[in-house]
Amino acid sequence: MSTVVIVGAGPAGLRAAEQLVQAGLRPVLIDEAPRIGGQIYRQPPATLQRRPADLYGFEAGKATALFERFAALLPNLDHRPDTLVWQIEDRTLHLLSGGRSQTLAFDALILATGATDRVLPFPGWTLPGVFTLGAAQVALKAQASLIGPRVVFAGTGPLLYLVAWQYVQAGGQVQAVLDTAPPEARRRALPGLLARPAVAAKGAWLLARLALAGVPVRRGVQLQRAEGEGRVSRLHWQQHGRPQSTECDAIGFGHGLRSETQLADLAGCAFDFDPLDQAWLPRRDAAGRSSVPGVYLAGDGAAILGADAAELAGARAALALLQDCGHPVPAAHAQALEEALVPQRRFRESLETLCPLPADWAAQAPDALVVCRCEEVTAGELRACVAETGTREMNRLKAHTRIGMGRCQGRMCAPGASRLLAQAAGCSLAEVGRLRSQPPVKPVPIAVLGASAPQVAPVPEDQRDD
Amino acid sequence: MTERLQADVAIIGGGIVGSSAALFLRRFGLSVVLLERSLCGAAASGVNYGGVRVQGRSLSQLPLALRSREIWRTLPEVIGIDGEYVPSGHLKLARGEADLARLEAYARQVEGQGLDLQIVSGASFRRQYPWLGAQAIAGSWCPGDGHANPRLVSPAFARAARAAGARIIEHCDVTELGHDGSHFVLGNARGLSVRAPRLLNCAGAWALTVARAYGDDAPMESIHPGMAVTEPMPRFMDVNIGVEGGGIYGRQTTRGNCVMGGSRGTSRNPLHAQPRAVAIAELCQRMAELFPPLAQAQVLRFWSGVEGSLPDHQPIIGPGTKHPQLLHAFGFCGAGFQTGPAVGEALAQWVHHGRASVPLEPFTIERFSTAAAGAPLHSPSSTSP
Repeated sequence: MSTVVIVGAGPAGLRAAEQLVQAGLRPVLIDEAPRIGGQIYRQPPATLQRRPADLYGFEAGKATALFERFAALLPNLDHRPDTLVWQIEDRTLHLLSGGRSQTLAFDALILATGATDRVLPFPGWTLPGVFTLGAAQVALKAQASLIGPRVVFAGTGPLLYLVAWQYVQAGGQVQAVLDTAPPEARRRALPGLLARPAVAAKGAWLLARLALAGVPVRRGVQLQRAEGEGRVSRLHWQQHGRPQSTECDAIGFGHGLRSETQLADLAGCAFDFDPLDQAWLPRRDAAGRSSVPGVYLAGDGAAILGADAAELAGARAALALLQDCGHPVPAAHAQALEEALVPQRRFRESLETLCPLPADWAAQAPDALVVCRCEEVTAGELRACVAETGTREMNRLKAHTRIGMGRCQGRMCAPGASRLLAQAAGCSLAEVGRLRSQPPVKPVPIAVLGASAPQVAPVPEDQRDD
Repeated sequence: MTERLQADVAIIGGGIVGSSAALFLRRFGLSVVLLERSLCGAAASGVNYGGVRVQGRSLSQLPLALRSREIWRTLPEVIGIDGEYVPSGHLKLARGEADLARLEAYARQVEGQGLDLQIVSGASFRRQYPWLGAQAIAGSWCPGDGHANPRLVSPAFARAARAAGARIIEHCDVTELGHDGSHFVLGNARGLSVRAPRLLNCAGAWALTVARAYGDDAPMESIHPGMAVTEPMPRFMDVNIGVEGGGIYGRQTTRGNCVMGGSRGTSRNPLHAQPRAVAIAELCQRMAELFPPLAQAQVLRFWSGVEGSLPDHQPIIGPGTKHPQLLHAFGFCGAGFQTGPAVGEALAQWVHHGRASVPLEPFTIERFSTAAAGAPLHSPSSTSP
């Protein structure tokens, strides 16, 4: 019996599991969170009962459907919550769970590792009270908490308006929604957005509700700086060149999402530059096969397409896995899934038109701006490195400046750092490359790994380095 | 793009050895072209542990290492940055009486050479190093040693060489290795051609390709030392630590991160190495035992690199057997970071004066051709302690 593992219990991982179970397999489903759902359908602790409609709004039906499906699948699944995959080596996963490190050999692997916020920081972003949009939403979903009584939401991307509305509904005082996308972007994006009219309608509805609730929504904004004593108390911003500021107790900000690709990298997958996501992403075919036989990619961890696309891609990747293992798979089903993904991609392209990243972010970033919060590396230090050393590549920038060497290993700072590098070195984002992933994917305790060592043998003579 | 270059000296490999050779050759006024496959100082020279250590080296390496120590002490004048070089001293630990006896024997062996080793044991050892685990019972203290940041130091040698007038060509994979009777002729797939009467083979773990093209060979293998770095910790370790018998070595950076090595990684492909989980676990076990303050710490990153190693644990430095105008300098067996600058200087002296100021005879590549003729390659006891 071969071992099939899915990493990630969000929409992609759950739909992949469903296909595998239906084919008679008993996959292992690994997730860092205590309960299934991923980030989008994150569930509060079991002791905190809340209605799906309160948690997921429009998407409550989809969330409920997934949870019910999972409950039905559970007897045929090996679900391992609270488990971190920290290394992949020789077709073996190294797991951290319950304070122990364990291994799990696999024959086939589906990576559905999801995404985090894409952060282009502004001065003051490290003040207490400043959160990413995703974190603001997690506080609400997982703990029924707000990040503050008076909140500003800033940046760009669909999450900006959704989280703002969720905070309004939850009783938060949303001081302002500050969108860095230019106002004319909406007109340009409209034709493409109609590829998914229902989703486009939801967006329009959100804007209308925010207006009705009296939330000021501003477009074409430049974020200047957050300030405060001990925690954030005010956000300074500009619109049409006019300086303005808003009082607040907290800020949620972000600029879309970025894929979590470290496991694909550790698994040895080839990467290509993706112009739409403006990031290096693991290579995959239309079905989700990576460049490594037996390793499949699905969901936002492979490319940012959102939760609905993740469900389709998860199912499709599972069918590819089954096909490759010799299981009979209805070709029509596989093809239907691929066809259903086409409008999702078109919609995603229009979203990029609707919510473009601030084009001049790197040029505008002041020298004092902290880009890497783990290692406290500023934009000025990155620029100085380029000027003094001629650095044009991300790993070399890391070697010289420590950017991406801290606790997050570049997961948070790489989008900003790569843009600053490209701008300072006068080359493209594709040319500066990407940070190589090294284990562990997230920090691991020395004591835990040490305890997993077999009885340590004496060091061989030829390995006695000192 | 076709480009033809001519120089007094061509160098293959932009690690710390090739780059420092380029720098010192420029000081003699010789023209230099250095060809680096990737980025200068990005392979073993840039990802190693960062030990700047004379202690523990074989007697034959001491002149090089002591000369290098002088260069390290003037590093900002040489390469323009301090490279986070800290003359912290190096403490080599004993985990038992037999280890201690070996440390004492080594101290006697190098007496008067300038290492100024002191054996520290008993109550004063515990008092001086309360942060060491109980398994360490004594140590050999070398006050003149230290540690540095290889990610900064090695690329800086290449920058200094470039600033001094060396032509440094990165991303240049040398595919043509020829000789026209008077000059070495090197080329790459993009039409670059370099002619030079002298050639330095500083290509690290990949140097055998160059050596073999010119009729030399050596029993070199690739090794992949495994490294780890912790999250920043309150400062507790103020010296560079090694251990008799191996298995672990460690230092703490000014920022507080503890850099540890001692296990072995594995080859991912010919150019890159990666850590192995089993070795990671072994290293973590030794870290927790030897450094109790680290038991509750977290590791941020494990990594490895590719390094050339030879059976007698000594590098190859010296002329080719068929082409005396070719100088080899590779196979530093995981201990070339400290000696790198002095090796570069010695190569430059050899080219310019016909001899180096430190003895390099023990490192000739011919020692392996003698072995091929029947003599043993080495005796195990010749391994450096």
